[in-house]
Amino acid sequence: MNEHVIQQTDNIEKHTLSNKLLANISKFRELGLIVFIVILCAFIQWRNSSFLTIENINDMITNAAILSILAVGMMLVLVTRGIDLSIGAIIALSGMICAQLVSQFSLNPLLIILIGIVIGIVCGVLNGVLIAKIGILPIIATLALMNVFRGLTYRISNGEWVSSYQMTDSFLSIATGKVFGINNLIVIAIVIYIIFYYVINHTVIGRQIYAVGSNPESAKVSGINENKILILVYSTLGGLSGLAGVLWVSKFASAQGDTATGYELTVIAVCILGGVSIAGGAGKVSGVLLGALLLGILQNALPLLNVSPFWQTGIQGAIILIAVILNTLVKRSVDRNNLVRRKI
Amino acid sequence: MNNKSLAEENYLPNNLANKKEFSLKSFFLQWEWLLILILFLVFIINSILSPYFLDANSLLGATSTFLDKAFIVFPMALIMIMRDIDISVGSTVALSGVVMATVYNSFGFPMEIAILVCLAVGALCGLINGLLIVKFKELSAVIVTLGTMILFRGIAYIILEDQASGNFPDWFNYFGWGTAGNIPFILIAFIIVAIVFTLLLHKTTFGRNVYAIGSNPTASRFSGVSVDKIRVIVFVLAGVMAAVTAIFLASRMGSTRPNVASGYELEVITMAALGGISTVGGKGRMLGTILAVFIIGFLQYGLGLINIPSQTLLIIIGALLILAVATPKLKLPKFLLRK
Repeated sequence: MNEHVIQQTDNIEKHTLSNKLLANISKFRELGLIVFIVILCAFIQWRNSSFLTIENINDMITNAAILSILAVGMMLVLVTRGIDLSIGAIIALSGMICAQLVSQFSLNPLLIILIGIVIGIVCGVLNGVLIAKIGILPIIATLALMNVFRGLTYRISNGEWVSSYQMTDSFLSIATGKVFGINNLIVIAIVIYIIFYYVINHTVIGRQIYAVGSNPESAKVSGINENKILILVYSTLGGLSGLAGVLWVSKFASAQGDTATGYELTVIAVCILGGVSIAGGAGKVSGVLLGALLLGILQNALPLLNVSPFWQTGIQGAIILIAVILNTLVKRSVDRNNLVRRKI
Repeated sequence: MNNKSLAEENYLPNNLANKKEFSLKSFFLQWEWLLILILFLVFIINSILSPYFLDANSLLGATSTFLDKAFIVFPMALIMIMRDIDISVGSTVALSGVVMATVYNSFGFPMEIAILVCLAVGALCGLINGLLIVKFKELSAVIVTLGTMILFRGIAYIILEDQASGNFPDWFNYFGWGTAGNIPFILIAFIIVAIVFTLLLHKTTFGRNVYAIGSNPTASRFSGVSVDKIRVIVFVLAGVMAAVTAIFLASRMGSTRPNVASGYELEVITMAALGGISTVGGKGRMLGTILAVFIIGFLQYGLGLINIPSQTLLIIIGALLILAVATPKLKLPKFLLRK
């Protein structure tokens, strides 16, 4: 009799132990990402010693800055169970309008950034109204507006590029300038991340966004204005895309009709890598940041490893699929363990 | 109940709607009539703007320029009726086309075998999508096909890098442009595929099951519909049709590249949604989809005749898509509704 009891408690202990481990894995998903990034960095450094130099790291983070700015906005949209396919087109539109303004009136760079953000917000509000007020599925509404924005960009540009010689130095210095020795793009990204971290985790609005995403019905019942939150989320992402458009044009010193085509998918991929659930309600700023870093490292490292540039897309796709599937498997075993614990 | 929307009222597939309550009003309130009206408008406006538009030969000839991607619309309609979505079809077109060209040019197989390989690759891509979606139900079709979209395109780049591959035999190149009498081969192929898919969706158990899955996946599983099998089959169909598109595209262009057909998925989804396929599943008919294909196609052709840049078409397609999806959601005035 006694032995039996002891055996049982033994079993329970074993279960709780493995359970704790699994729970921790899922809890510290970010830890897994960090470990993966560290291993990846070590591997790349071993193959090519010019990887972990300050110059290269600076380059790498500068390149990842625009991506990470967009990813944090996309996270909010995904958290509300939405998706936004129009951001590539918004980047192109705001970039093109701003580049043309600069080439004609040579405006102050800060004013240009402001104009870019406003253009983005207008586009985002359009998305939000179609989705919240009329009730069109996010994927369809943003797909339609993607076409509209992209078409507008071509119409405005007449199929011509705005090249670097038409831009003022002060505009180009938005992306090349430095604050305390750190590239402006990185500074902007850091400021945005601090603001978003605070708003998402420590304000009522931030928590309401998660509430709408995890259970729209109960959110409505508890008095959250779902429409307001949806429009807010899409216009925020729109504003960030408008900002990214200005930064993009300034960084690459050219504005084209097909700027950032398909970039929305890279941004969504970053969010998925960072653990944002496309079913809504789940996602962390830290995860998204790590996801952006991971993709930034990959894009920077593949040329250093002498991997043909033509392999890059394939490797990116494979990593996204593997990450998503691994995530599902871990989650499943955690859930199964929770069930076993409940049975005992 | 006066606030019933047009969607609830008229989107039920024929065979599910209550046929006893046939009324003229509801018959004419169907989405397809609106589409026919739009198609007429497109024709009228185009023929006013350009005297060259209304010419039977050139209209028939025009079909061969826009019908290639239309093959994918049919399986996409099935997928959307089942509440899924497939955004990897454009990449599947590229990959299967690239493999076909490589098998023919680099491995020296005859073109007939290369075409079969192309279809097989398309089917395989669809199978991968379907299996991943069925095995990992936690993931939505959006994520899975987003991943495979990047992966398939990536493999196409790995195979051909930035090269174009062509040099197909003459009969193959003739395939995309050729005509029987005045009717292009591609139009004949399109009509055959359209009939097959219409029968499949509206006249078979398979089609009924697709509707059932879209209306209520859980209920249909409990009532004995093998949901997983049907979902996989439909995704395989999408892959095969993408391969058919790849064949016609390669034949018309005379060569293929890894970057062809990017953005096709969006055009195809636009056509399906404009055709009245509900984006929340369970509703929509093939007839509307076919009409939508011709609306967008002739719009494109007509705008081309009067030298309006194709980018303007993007704006029009986007606006059409919004109108198409928003209209059924707007509340109709009371007198238009059945009691």
